[in-house]
Amino acid sequence: MQQVTEIQAVDFQKQIDALTAKVSMLEDMNQDQLSIAVVSGDFDKILAAMVISLGAAAMDTEVKLFFSFWSIAALRDPKKSVRGKNFISKMFGIMLPKGWEHLKLSTMNMGGVGPRMIKSIMKKHGVLSLEEMFKQAGELGIEITICEMSMDLMGIKKEELIDYPNMRIAGAVTFAGDMGESSAQLFI
Amino acid sequence: MTQEELLTVNADTCVDARGTSCPGPLLAAKKAIGTIDKGQIMEILSADEGTRNDIPKWCNKKGFECLGTLEESGFYKIYLKK
Repeated sequence: MQQVTEIQAVDFQKQIDALTAKVSMLEDMNQDQLSIAVVSGDFDKILAAMVISLGAAAMDTEVKLFFSFWSIAALRDPKKSVRGKNFISKMFGIMLPKGWEHLKLSTMNMGGVGPRMIKSIMKKHGVLSLEEMFKQAGELGIEITICEMSMDLMGIKKEELIDYPNMRIAGAVTFAGDMGESSAQLFI
Repeated sequence: MTQEELLTVNADTCVDARGTSCPGPLLAAKKAIGTIDKGQIMEILSADEGTRNDIPKWCNKKGFECLGTLEESGFYKIYLKK
């Protein structure tokens, strides 16, 4: 009889150890972290991504942004120019907006009148400009990862991107890893 | 705290964030919170209605005590104790 109890106790201990390991793994996985995949290159969507990021960062949530495809154009620095691009890359360079100042609205762009109107209303209401938002984001330690594959596709080189403190160029695997450990994920 | 009690509160520091809207006031408060000691009181002035809800949420998360909000004409005074 006593032998049976001992075996049960050992079994229990094993189960408890397994559960403890599982719980600590789950705790490690779900950090207070927000990951956003920013794919759109529209002014309104970049604005939304930045406002949400800054709000989360103000709440001391760690924020990781993954800039992919059209959104990378928002990170181009209009003051920087790059040599040695091939024809298609040059065309992309001309067609894509050169930085956040030149982004279009997803609706009601009206040939550039829309963004200008929005920007003047934002100023009136004391909404931070995108430039100011990126500056604050850098100060708050918001991390920006830029999709390497998208940069290659569009012929955007890292020499023409803005100076941002926590910026890295990486692949989707890196972001998938970030997402896995985040408690919230968004796609904009 | 009641509104009458809030009127008598002497804040150790005041953050005037009336010039900015969401998330400006919260960012300003976050910056200023580092400059005061535990137990001290901070006053945040904001014309942004959302800040009224955001600041208590932030306090809750950070373990600060949100004392309450006074409504002035056109802006809010939000008090918190670190």
